[in-house]
Amino acid sequence: MANANISSVPIGSEGPRARWKYLDNILGRSGPFTDPDWVPGETVIESLERAKLLVIGAGGLGCEILKNLALSGFKDIHVIDMDTIDVSNLNRQFLFRHADVGKYKAEVAAKFVEKRVKGVKITPYCGKIQDKDEEYYKQFAMIVCGLDSIEARRWINATLVGMVDENDEDSLKPLIDGGTEGFKGQARVILPTMTSCIECQLDMHAPRAAVPLCTLASIPRQPQHCIEWAHIIAWDEERKDITLDTDDPEHITWLFQKALKRAQEFNIEGVTYSMTQGVVKNIIPAIASTNAIVAASCCNEAFKIATSTNPFLGVPDTENYMMYTGDEGVYTYTFQHLRQPDCPVCGDDSRARPLQVNPNSTLQEFLDGLAERPEAQLKKPSIRSEEKSLYYQSPASLEEQTRPNLSKKLNELLENGEEVVISDPAFPTQFKYQLTFKE
Amino acid sequence: MKKIWSMKQKVAQEEAAHVGPKKKRVTAAQLRVQKDLAELSLGSTMKTHFPDPDDILNFKLTIDPDEGMYKGGRFEFDFKINQNFPHDPPKVKCTQKIYHPNIDLEGNVCLNILREDWKPVLNLNAAVVGLQFLFLEPNASDPLNKEAAEDLKANREGFKRNVRASLGGGTVRGQSFDRVLK
Repeated sequence: MANANISSVPIGSEGPRARWKYLDNILGRSGPFTDPDWVPGETVIESLERAKLLVIGAGGLGCEILKNLALSGFKDIHVIDMDTIDVSNLNRQFLFRHADVGKYKAEVAAKFVEKRVKGVKITPYCGKIQDKDEEYYKQFAMIVCGLDSIEARRWINATLVGMVDENDEDSLKPLIDGGTEGFKGQARVILPTMTSCIECQLDMHAPRAAVPLCTLASIPRQPQHCIEWAHIIAWDEERKDITLDTDDPEHITWLFQKALKRAQEFNIEGVTYSMTQGVVKNIIPAIASTNAIVAASCCNEAFKIATSTNPFLGVPDTENYMMYTGDEGVYTYTFQHLRQPDCPVCGDDSRARPLQVNPNSTLQEFLDGLAERPEAQLKKPSIRSEEKSLYYQSPASLEEQTRPNLSKKLNELLENGEEVVISDPAFPTQFKYQLTFKE
Repeated sequence: MKKIWSMKQKVAQEEAAHVGPKKKRVTAAQLRVQKDLAELSLGSTMKTHFPDPDDILNFKLTIDPDEGMYKGGRFEFDFKINQNFPHDPPKVKCTQKIYHPNIDLEGNVCLNILREDWKPVLNLNAAVVGLQFLFLEPNASDPLNKEAAEDLKANREGFKRNVRASLGGGTVRGQSFDRVLK
């Protein structure tokens, strides 16, 4: 082991860093895993304190993550959550009190942690991650997710992969993703464009268990079947014109009573209001200890990435995924999830290539030109932007509807800098280009 | 943090010129649907219709079975795909009131791959083929319209007559159906 450097940071129980005594043992000395050129002490502490982190989600995992990061020495933390506090959150989302019910999670969580850990600044944003653009995400050193939605994960993943600019070190944001479901959970680290991304790993999410519709309709066996029947079939039959709002107690009560009546017809016991709520909102019982374990693992990785004190999960060609199962004893397995070469988000051909085009050329001319490009050589390309179906070869009806676009000029169809995706039946992958106009 | 970028340099990806902040990006669900549409083989019995051609996540599919008991009818389905596709299956509903053991009067469809057996590896073509199959081989053992299923089980010829009557907009067991003949 290398000689331990003597730190200039006071280590002891007195002074302003008394709270960080044990942290300083790690930050103030070289260790068996530190690089030879790594300098312990003030610079590392400074980089930890200056690292601006974004936490997405201030729920079960989010509360744990915010608390852990603040207690790990991070000082500048932002948090996004669109939700307000529900009374059912209070058993595990420990930053919230009864008086906070109805308030925004991000705001209350930020205030609570700021009050308990002096010197930490937590900036809340109460809204959707989709409200923010690349400029916003660019300000952070890394992003830690405690989300319950696959859709939100896919969005932030695609955004971070798309942000990577080969000429700008600052554009690469490590993504640490925690997730729990009952007694199971995972922590994974993604280095966008370098290692397997969330879209590559989409098959790791367990599908939502579903019961055949005909079982619901004709031979329900469980109370849940009666509730699903009320949810999927009875509501549409009787209240077609009302959009179901699963947060509206009147709507849940209606479903509950329908389900109860049906359960009585089939001699099924056990339908309750809270079960109705659970089935309709797809609530999976959250286990506080699972959240604590997964959040701890995520924050451990965040700390190591920020300080370079120890090797972290997600180094290219090493393990990047830790799964945890706690329903029978304790089991964890850490492995390397490989990149998918044909991943639609980070795959070899899926990253947008910059391409200069003449805004006055027609879509047809543009497509003809593409056929000659060596990497494309497209025979029957279909092409779209986020907003527009520019041209589709099939199905026939869509071909007919989009055909008039072929004679339009590119600047009539697109804005300067927009991304287009081209697919061709001859290729398994899709091509993306970011088109910039140049006369 | 510095360390990650030096690893990145080692990975050494292709050179790409910086062209300013990127604008709107095609979503992952759109990407997948675009791929699925290219692989869709509709044959002569099926057609799509896109009410808004720019929105490929919402469309209608018509099926004109060219054999079986439902031959002569034209059946319309509404496909709604959300941003969670292909993790979530497409939501499919029949827009007409028809007499079929696996489709209820509200248009709900009981097809395993549209619900409990959906997997992200399945594509829109699988869904479309599955729907077409329902008209060739209506299945009495997984009923969504119980009366129709009982008719099919009890008396296949009688069921056929009921189908013919319903396709023409007639009444079966006191229930009137939409006229769906071509």
